[in-house]
Amino acid sequence: MFTAQKPDKIPSREILLRMYQLMFKARRFEETVSLLFTNGELPGTVHLYTGQEAVAVGVCSALGADDWITSTHRPHGHAVAKGLPIRFLMAELFGRTTGCCGGYGGSMHLGDLDYGMLPAIAIVAGAIPIATGIALAFKMQKTNKVVACFFGDGAVNEGSFHEGVNMAAIWNLPAVFVCENNLYGASTHISKVMKAENVADRASAYGIPSVIADGMDVIDVYNAAYGAVDRARMGKGPTLVECKTYRYVGHSRSDPQLYRPKDEVEAWKQKDPIVRLKKFLTEKKIAAALEIEQLEKLVEEEIEDAVDFARRSPHPSPEDAILNVFTE
Amino acid sequence: MRTLTIVEALREAISEEMLRDERVFCIGEDIGTPGGWGGAFTVTKGLEEEFSHERIIDTPISETGIAGAAIGAAIAGMRPIADVQYGDFLFCMMDQLANQAAKLRYMSGGKLKVPLVMRAPVGATTRAAQHSQSLEGLFIHIPGIKIAVPATAYDAKGLLKTAVRDDNPVLFFEHKLLYGAKGNRAEPGALSPVGKVPEEEYLIPFGSAAIRREGRDITIIGKLITVYRAMEAAKILAEEGIEAEVIDPRTLVPFDWETVLTSLKKTGRLVIVDEEPGVGGWAAEVAAMAVEHAFCYLDAPVTRVTAPCTPVPFAPEMEQFYLPNTEKIVDAARRLVRG
Repeated sequence: MFTAQKPDKIPSREILLRMYQLMFKARRFEETVSLLFTNGELPGTVHLYTGQEAVAVGVCSALGADDWITSTHRPHGHAVAKGLPIRFLMAELFGRTTGCCGGYGGSMHLGDLDYGMLPAIAIVAGAIPIATGIALAFKMQKTNKVVACFFGDGAVNEGSFHEGVNMAAIWNLPAVFVCENNLYGASTHISKVMKAENVADRASAYGIPSVIADGMDVIDVYNAAYGAVDRARMGKGPTLVECKTYRYVGHSRSDPQLYRPKDEVEAWKQKDPIVRLKKFLTEKKIAAALEIEQLEKLVEEEIEDAVDFARRSPHPSPEDAILNVFTE
Repeated sequence: MRTLTIVEALREAISEEMLRDERVFCIGEDIGTPGGWGGAFTVTKGLEEEFSHERIIDTPISETGIAGAAIGAAIAGMRPIADVQYGDFLFCMMDQLANQAAKLRYMSGGKLKVPLVMRAPVGATTRAAQHSQSLEGLFIHIPGIKIAVPATAYDAKGLLKTAVRDDNPVLFFEHKLLYGAKGNRAEPGALSPVGKVPEEEYLIPFGSAAIRREGRDITIIGKLITVYRAMEAAKILAEEGIEAEVIDPRTLVPFDWETVLTSLKKTGRLVIVDEEPGVGGWAAEVAAMAVEHAFCYLDAPVTRVTAPCTPVPFAPEMEQFYLPNTEKIVDAARRLVRG
């Protein structure tokens, strides 16, 4: 069909600093989680978002507080970017009652509708038709709210992607479909499972516009998302936003990553979105190095506090397992 | 009092709920197309004229999409009544039903709700293996979904209104042979359970079984069309001096075990009739509950009259062999009472 407009502008200083803070927070959150996990403090498994921060932060920064997002099995970065307090995220990873899902969800289901984040859906592409339904409700209720739906490159070969995007397209729903193309569905390279060059190429099949963003550049993602969100809010329908990105770490715990060359990982790390924005902020004299350091220090304190909060939080009573199946 | 078919009762329930609450809407395939059928079995016929296409939403043939859209809309504050043309197509949307609708509230720690209704026609009507299944019992194994199985027009209306107002996902099963033997979608062999339905508003609570016939000798429990087969059997048994109590659970989740237990204490004998294959199904669950919780009241083995564990066959002779019928129920009851 056509390529969506991507405004080529520099966001305000306030937005840039906020995006830096959120990316740094998402990164440090994952590094902390990784450590806690290795130390055996966290049950279950974790899918870390490290490397992809620019996508969640760029998209969520283009959304309003009332807008919603849907997420995946790799949701920590989305939750941080949407502004969920990290105390409640960390407590959820610990399986404590103070967690954002009361210990019923864990890592793969982080979310809280009070902050506009549906508990993450850990079935690949499972949230795409649901995002379409949320957008349908937003339209029927005559709100001007928008839903942004995150999914990986692996999701675009699921039938749910096809059905969900098509329905949003035919009804001009206020949805933004954000593909985080990190090149690998678990261990399988996208070139083995998709003939088209870009996920964005799929948009023309649904008669909707697409836009490709550099997923390692938060400003580029923000601009792409801004255009798509604006379009959705105006009632012009959904856009497919493809963000080319990379995860620095394994798919989940115990992934030795033998399926990809080490120099590929290193090459992507050279494009690190946090380093890149920091450089941009200082070189353009938008913020002084000292100011950024202070910002980072505050994040470190917040993370320390979150871990402390989680550790001190109560465990659920085992018999609470039978609650919350139905409403009372 | 006036009488309605189940189709008319369902349509009236939908219309009343849509008038009462602007959050209620219908979504499905071929439900509102002018000149179309009003869904596969005419339940939504004419509703688009009353409520417009804004609230009677025709979809592509995308069962996963329909379920997902209904779930998303429900979470975001709407109250969708979705449907599939045949219950068999629930399998197409199984991820959305079983992994999403049923679990989202739980995964959120009870913070959100998914008030959606999914209507699904079931039952064998010489359409062979992929358009004939009864699969209500399959879903009792998935925590988080309520299940309604109305057998009469009165129940169809009262239960559907309750389903729409429930804050949980509800699977609402309708038997194709009970819709009413009228109109161009009437099925060969359909029963015509036209029933009295009051004009004034009423709701039927979930988890409240109906005793269709009282009796002291044996309890027969069935759902949907097998309630009628059980009633026919009870009539024949009565002529032989065996008084059967016939129970229609009306909802499978929640299930009114108390009514069954009370009946068992009186009769000491239980036949469970089901159009689904018996293995691992609803009938097996009721039998297990009877053995676990009412063993000391039982005077005879609990017996199931169900379909065999095969797909639904096409040829009418084979289909009739497959289905539980009045004769099979009478035989089972006689064996239990007379030994």
